[in-house]
Amino acid sequence: MTQENMDPSFVGEGMYRENILDHYKNPHNKGEIENAEIKFTENNPLCGDVITINLKLNDHKVDDIKFSGQGCAISQAATSMLTDEISGKTLEEIKNIKREDVVNLLGIDVGPVRTKCAVLGLVAIKEGIKEFENK
Amino acid sequence: MLQTKQLMDIEKIRKDFPILNVKVHGKPLVYLDNAATTQKPEAVINSITDYYENYNANIHRSIHKLGEEATAAYEEAHRKVSDFVNASFEEIIFTKSTTESLNLLAYSLGNKLKSGDEIVISQMEHHSNFVPWQQLAIKKGLKLKFIEIDENGLLKEDSINENITNKTKIVSLTHISNVLGTINNVEEIGKIVHENNALFIVDAAQSVPHMPVDVKKLDCDFLAFSGHKMLGPTGIGVLYGKKDLLEKMDPFLYGGEMIKEVTFEHTKFNDLPWKFEAGTMNIAQGIGLGTAIDYLNKIGMGNIEQHEKELIKYAMEKLNEIKEVEIYGPEADKRSGLIAFNVKDVHAHDTSQILDSEGIAVRAGHHCAMPLASVLGIVASARASFYLYNTKEEIDKLVEGINKVIKVFK
Repeated sequence: MTQENMDPSFVGEGMYRENILDHYKNPHNKGEIENAEIKFTENNPLCGDVITINLKLNDHKVDDIKFSGQGCAISQAATSMLTDEISGKTLEEIKNIKREDVVNLLGIDVGPVRTKCAVLGLVAIKEGIKEFENK
Repeated sequence: MLQTKQLMDIEKIRKDFPILNVKVHGKPLVYLDNAATTQKPEAVINSITDYYENYNANIHRSIHKLGEEATAAYEEAHRKVSDFVNASFEEIIFTKSTTESLNLLAYSLGNKLKSGDEIVISQMEHHSNFVPWQQLAIKKGLKLKFIEIDENGLLKEDSINENITNKTKIVSLTHISNVLGTINNVEEIGKIVHENNALFIVDAAQSVPHMPVDVKKLDCDFLAFSGHKMLGPTGIGVLYGKKDLLEKMDPFLYGGEMIKEVTFEHTKFNDLPWKFEAGTMNIAQGIGLGTAIDYLNKIGMGNIEQHEKELIKYAMEKLNEIKEVEIYGPEADKRSGLIAFNVKDVHAHDTSQILDSEGIAVRAGHHCAMPLASVLGIVASARASFYLYNTKEEIDKLVEGINKVIKVFK
């Protein structure tokens, strides 16, 4: 779904569509990976959301991904969806994921303030990759 | 009680605030974010416009009609603020915010501290009364100590007595917590501070707007508050300091206005309070604050305090009835007109978003008190905070909104 064909009624309580609440209540890929090559924690000081990303690599591809932390429905659902999306992808492919791509995964108009929540997981992943590559 | 009702005609008061006619998502605005900033009555907005339209000029330097008018109005605002907290004219310094007032103190008082000296704050401080002292302590090798809170969100008495000792140089405490709503007994704590020959600073950002505050009665050495939390504009804050202490302190900012005489070698600083007001100040905002004080005085701070007491008692009763709601802080009789809460298994941001769709404005987050959130064991909370124009009907709408949050997340 692109941003153009989004239903404008998905604001306010309309944000909390069933698929978002499903991901929030039963997040995919939640947990830790003990021997992860990439481990990075990102905070959103605005609301106190915190997400830690764990990436296990195999030949520069994502072999396993898990996330932990707590936060609002938007940050948790977006990260849950994103972890599904990047399983098996190369680091180069992940680096090309844009903020809008995450918003599109959610399929709602999150607005400027909540966009920070939506992309928290993506920021953690990208910063983690940066740190890994600079090692 | 009867008198209060007569003096506080809420419907009439609400008509003085143009923004209360605004619709949010097609619904009437229910503004419950007053601890963050308050709305402005027409009189305040008009006084700012009046300055810019009729006598805009720089103060204390221009020898012409407009300059004289602007200077008189700005000084009059100083006088109104002094009277409002029972200080003398020289003891009131305008800053841009409570944060700046507290930073001024950390800088100016910090200059005289030595490695090993102790500063005492509490676990419930806002970042503005936390980070300046923490950073000063790191820079100068001071010891920063924290008065602990109990499970009801009150300062522990034994922790007060343990932490404030003859090694303490400064104690800086909030009068009212912006998260818990706790009203601290600063008058009694001040006595302990002074018995130990330390300086006592009160962060009054949440108290001066909501109750009568008298610096002589509190006997604090310094007190800081903000204009925008008391019907005034943003960009204007206040620092009160006892005259003899201010006279001994170094200026925080150097430049224009704060000087008496400058030679190539030396500078003689200006008299109080101008010694601490360097550069062109926020003139319109100062004048606007003066008008806000006139407005508050007309209603009466005692009446405002009483009105908020009734609102918080009602809100606590109603929110306590909802089993999914967890409330932080003490019972209604020990708190000011604000209430931080969480809906079970729902993040505060989501709560706030759904309330917003009903036109209800609350704050969500850590409320600039991350250390306190960690003591409470939460990452965030939603906060409803009241002021003179709020009503019980608006609290009913908040309750309906919370029930909607529960329904959406069921």
